Amino acid sequence: MDFSFLLLALGQIISPQTIAYALAALGLAVQFGFTGLLNFGQAGFMAIGGYAFAITTLRLGFPFWLAVLSTLVATTVMALILGIPTLRLRADYLAIVTIAAAEIIRYVVKTPDLIPITGGSDGLNGAAVTFDALNPIPPGSYGFGPLRYDENDLWIILVGWVFVIVVALLVRQLMRSPWGRVIKGIREDEDAVRSLGKNVFSYKMQSLILGGALGGLAAIINIIPTSLQPDNYGTQTTFFLLTIILLGGATTVFGPLVGAIVFWIVLSLADGFLSLAVQYHWLPITTIQQGPVRFIIVGVALMLIVIFRPSGLIGKKREAFFA
Amino acid sequence: MPDTTAERAALIDGAPAPGVKKTDPIVVADGVQRTFGGVHAVDVDHVEIPRGAITALIGPNGAGKTTFFNLLTGFDKPNHGSWSFDGKPIGGVPAYKVARRGMIRTFQLTKALSMLSVMENMRLGAQEQPGENIARALVPALWRRREQQITERAQDLLARFKLDAKADDFAASLSGGQRKLLEMARALMSDPKMIMLDEPMAGVNPALTQSLLHHILDLKSSGMTVLFVEHDMHVVREIADWVIVMAEGRIVAEGFPDEVMSDQAVIDAYLGSHHDTDLGDLTEEQQAELLDETQAEVEREEDRTDG
Repeated sequence: MDFSFLLLALGQIISPQTIAYALAALGLAVQFGFTGLLNFGQAGFMAIGGYAFAITTLRLGFPFWLAVLSTLVATTVMALILGIPTLRLRADYLAIVTIAAAEIIRYVVKTPDLIPITGGSDGLNGAAVTFDALNPIPPGSYGFGPLRYDENDLWIILVGWVFVIVVALLVRQLMRSPWGRVIKGIREDEDAVRSLGKNVFSYKMQSLILGGALGGLAAIINIIPTSLQPDNYGTQTTFFLLTIILLGGATTVFGPLVGAIVFWIVLSLADGFLSLAVQYHWLPITTIQQGPVRFIIVGVALMLIVIFRPSGLIGKKREAFFA
Repeated sequence: MPDTTAERAALIDGAPAPGVKKTDPIVVADGVQRTFGGVHAVDVDHVEIPRGAITALIGPNGAGKTTFFNLLTGFDKPNHGSWSFDGKPIGGVPAYKVARRGMIRTFQLTKALSMLSVMENMRLGAQEQPGENIARALVPALWRRREQQITERAQDLLARFKLDAKADDFAASLSGGQRKLLEMARALMSDPKMIMLDEPMAGVNPALTQSLLHHILDLKSSGMTVLFVEHDMHVVREIADWVIVMAEGRIVAEGFPDEVMSDQAVIDAYLGSHHDTDLGDLTEEQQAELLDETQAEVEREEDRTDG
């Protein structure tokens, strides 16, 4: 029996994918957990950010920092477009608009007519070139057992984690500041905050922009070690992110990080055990059914968390989201 | 209470009547109209709120008191009309700017921010905290001193409202009455010129009512203008200097508390014409009459639902 998947699951702790999801989930936590904004289109923010980075790098030859800047500009513009008409209305409107916008983006970039720019359904390859050019790590193979990383994998993992930790500390500082107080007040009751002389619309917009920007930056981390695939940014991704923040604790800063790690480990372990189970006919399912079944497991796990640990793994009991 | 009659008489410039001029008005509203569908929820020709006094806004349910509150404070937009606060027009000014100009309101259904601590609730009421700017928020050195001042003021106010023991608890753990107190204390954090209380006594137990009354009187003695909506006539009689009566969106009467409350039109509008007759004291004839009236009403109601 091959148990090497256990080690691979362990590898999920530090994988760039985990970093990307942690960062995007942190952005969603700022919007949803702290401000109460129902952004159901975080995947759309990721897509916009990822495409802005990849297109400016590959088609326009932008250097790395300029490409990152264009990601920030793109996500900010998207936040403004989605936020200006909806943030004055009830919370549900933002939810509808964001979920639709994310799908619109995904379909637009897949349009065959746009292949020269977006690469169509195949996405874009090789956007990592400017980032890898900055890599100071000597070529070689690092790691142990089945967990081997080349110098470029190691580079993105190191930079990614440092970046996520720094961002998390900044967000924590923000949430402990008077700015964070206003933001949390808006989550509780925006009319009350308005009656105390705060420009609620502006704060909600800032939160939407900040969270969206984190989503965009997350997409950069996600595409650097692999490639940009439009179908990686469907609604499924948004719901993975929501799962992650509820898992870790929606009203915490480090919850999304913990949530992302646990989520990918669980998914990876479920996958590994299911393959074994299918291989040895312990379960009456086929390899094709195996993929969906692991999501059933994740779904059940999520339900159990919301029922028995509503504040998430590291959230304070009193700040439970589903009280 | 000493000398309130003379003090109160000095508030107005003319005989008490709807829309009477005040010697020193802080709020002046003209032709404010708000319709919901075909209903005139608020239709106020002219009203002035006297500065430095406690004004009560009374009227039956659905009279438009809360809607009028919402309009004045920018939480709702009227179909027509203009109004000014402290000499400057504030029609169309967004709610948060109205609050910054010194007109702070509370809500009928208390809005304590339950997942914030009592102290954080209080701090949120303060103005001019540079740390509320997202960039400056990242550098505590820029806002820590102001935070210190805010915290001290919050502690003073909490002590005054006897909530200091609760400062670190979540607002969710407070009782209904304590939430009313917290909301009022929070509104005072910004040193407003005028405070507007929407049913401050609703759901507050009688013991707490007394202390709330004293707090409101304290506000007046510190120079603040108070406008409040209230259903409890004893409260109105006890603390109000001036009473404005609304019914069906209009201002139907204005006057000093004792006089307004003995005004037959007000009593009828507010309490219905049978308010002071005990059902046991009615003659048989009257009982039959009342019964007929009620039955007729019930039938009308049924017709409407059937149709």
